[in-house]
Amino acid sequence: MIKVEKLSKTYQVLRRNAGLKEAFQSLFQKEYEEIRALDEVTFDILDGEMVGYIGPNGAGKSSTIKVLSGILTPDSGTCVIDGRIPWKNRKSHVREIGVVFGQRSQLWWDVPVIDSFELIRDIYMIPKEKYESNLEELTVSLSLEQIIKTPVRQLSLGQRMRCEIAASLLHSPKILFLDEPTIGLDAVSKLAVREFIIQLNQKHNTTVILTTHDMQDIEALTSRILLIGKGKILLDGSLTNLKEHSRNQSASLDEIVAQLYRQYEI
Amino acid sequence: MKLYLKYLSIHIKSILQYKTSFLLTSIGQFLVSFNVFLGILFMFQRFSNVEGFTYSECLMCYSIVLLSFSFAECFFRGFDMFAGMIGNGEFDRILVRPRGLIFQVIGSKIELTRVGRVLQAIVMFCYAIPRSGIIWSASKVITLVNMVFGGTVVFAGLFVIYASLCFFTIEGLEFMNIFTDGAREYGKYPVNIYGKNVLKFCTYLVPFALFQYYPFLYLTGKSNQIFLAFYPILGGLFLIPCYLLWQSGVRHYKSTGS
Amino acid sequence: MIKYISFFRMRFINGFQYKIAALAGIVTQFVWGAMEILLFQAFYRTNENAFPMEFSALTSYIWMQQAFLALFMTWFWEKELFDSIQTGNIAYELCRPTDIYTMWFVRGMANRASKALLRCVPILLMAYLLPKPYGLVLPSDLVLLAWFLFSMLLGFLVVVAFGMIIYGITFYTVNPMGVRMVSQSLAEFLAGAVIPLPFLPDSIKKVVELLPFAAMQNAPFRIYSGDISGKYLYQTILLQIIWLVIMVVLGKIIMHSALKKLCIQGG
Repeated sequence: MIKVEKLSKTYQVLRRNAGLKEAFQSLFQKEYEEIRALDEVTFDILDGEMVGYIGPNGAGKSSTIKVLSGILTPDSGTCVIDGRIPWKNRKSHVREIGVVFGQRSQLWWDVPVIDSFELIRDIYMIPKEKYESNLEELTVSLSLEQIIKTPVRQLSLGQRMRCEIAASLLHSPKILFLDEPTIGLDAVSKLAVREFIIQLNQKHNTTVILTTHDMQDIEALTSRILLIGKGKILLDGSLTNLKEHSRNQSASLDEIVAQLYRQYEI
Repeated sequence: MKLYLKYLSIHIKSILQYKTSFLLTSIGQFLVSFNVFLGILFMFQRFSNVEGFTYSECLMCYSIVLLSFSFAECFFRGFDMFAGMIGNGEFDRILVRPRGLIFQVIGSKIELTRVGRVLQAIVMFCYAIPRSGIIWSASKVITLVNMVFGGTVVFAGLFVIYASLCFFTIEGLEFMNIFTDGAREYGKYPVNIYGKNVLKFCTYLVPFALFQYYPFLYLTGKSNQIFLAFYPILGGLFLIPCYLLWQSGVRHYKSTGS
Repeated sequence: MIKYISFFRMRFINGFQYKIAALAGIVTQFVWGAMEILLFQAFYRTNENAFPMEFSALTSYIWMQQAFLALFMTWFWEKELFDSIQTGNIAYELCRPTDIYTMWFVRGMANRASKALLRCVPILLMAYLLPKPYGLVLPSDLVLLAWFLFSMLLGFLVVVAFGMIIYGITFYTVNPMGVRMVSQSLAEFLAGAVIPLPFLPDSIKKVVELLPFAAMQNAPFRIYSGDISGKYLYQTILLQIIWLVIMVVLGKIIMHSALKKLCIQGG
């Protein structure tokens, strides 16, 4: 169970201007800008829930994920995940979570996938039997048999993403964070990834928190949506709730979301 | 330890994928330090000694420094490349794994191409030893080991400082080269030849002299004080401020996430 | 031409963006120069008579070397060029109407000059303010200064031309790293970047001074400090001109034949 209450975080960002004169000026003075990345964010997520976390770029999605995964310490507010405070009990917390960053790889580029898996096994100190049964299960359900002995650099994006997901699940985490897991994938790979996530959730009751710009992901996977903009939670409800916000019933999900962004001026 | 070996085996496997590139980089490393060697050689053809240190003594001094620098660069490369690790999110990945941060940074980069420099150091060493006139005894061997080990520790500490600063800014960290590359380059001669001020700096601020000049005096028989042989261990204390800086860097990173 | 000026301008602005980096670079080079001088001073103290040049000439040489590092270092490669040769993207460049040799040459000059311009002033200034004999000594007369500037221009062009030859050779190799490593190590030493050439044993020095590498930083810096003067100065400059012509011609030949080969292969 994830309990987030009044989480706030402010960044200071250096402002830079173009041009030779401005560049010269900035030798002497610097301008900072305050950006409120999280503004009293509050929500609960139950075990086994699948939640879609949406919002435009820079809305605070990745800051939230960073706080939940223990990478970032907030300025104020609380966050308790299964009794742990992520940024305080880093090691014990991260043992129970899995994180997939869609645009970054955790696999070693030049060696076969299986080598990366074995390293992860040793990092998480996964017992032998558990590792083997997990590997077996993931290999089957993500159809990895053919590619597991191939160096990562020779894999297609879709194959690589399947391996990334497997790598994040070897230690059977209770919570899985997916950051744009389908970005750049072809239709077949997208469907395979989605199907797998549903299956994972049903079989192991894994909590899944998904950030994405792909509304089809949301539609296929999540029963609940959190919309964040300018650091605030603007909407917390089901897909139907989201659709109710639109005047036009036949509008596509993308159009509805775009309209919401405009409406909230985010 | 088992996990470290696992990291090592992955690095070796990666290198085997690029054998030519590995070979050439190693040769390049060799050539660069070979230039420095040539510089020393020709200087001593003109001058028979510098401040009482002979050619073979300086060669030995250089090989000790080069050896410790190469070891540090090989095994602590993660800190040396830390700006990149923060930039590409590798450090975030490290944060979401249940192991010590320092250990993971060390494991994630092992730079085996430094074997070129190690080789250079060993060749010079083999050349210098019979000509140095040192009468070898157990205490001298221990001194030597201490020096190389102490040097590796000090250089590693500098890399950690560099990495810690990366948490705050990545701009302008080029100045750290003064201490790392600079110490490797200028450590080819015992640091006292650069004058009193440099020696003081290298004793109290960045303890280069503790693994280089002082024990070297004992090693070459210029001093009989055996305690000089253990100065490199004293230099190990340097790791304490480095570690504290690292800790504060991690705290800063976790509060800004950038 | 406008293209090159705007390229230069962009580099320059970029340099300002990273002013802290530039500052750090300046400090680094300053310390480097200071250490180098202290090192030579130790040798000077040990045996003054064996010192092959005036001590003040040496300090000037070292400060010049640090101030104009970006102009003369042979290891200042442009990775993009190597990459475009390696990946074959060079083919696109061939479609353009400009002469590729000239284009790369000017690009190399702009790259080095913009970097050097930003860094040289503070270093020269600081070095000038240092007390004798550690500081930079101003040249005795304007004629000498003019010769120095002319020689520096020639040396700079020789460095860029040398780089062009290496880029050209890269077309013929599978892995550019090897050529690059060997050539730069060799050039560094023979140019006097590791120790100034007067410190080499006389027999070796005589040969090395005739090589193209001596026409790089060695010539202008020693002219500046008065170490090369009189009849010897004209000889040095003449040698620089000869090497520049040879290297440009050689570079063009290599580049053209490499491109021809590429055209036949690549279609």
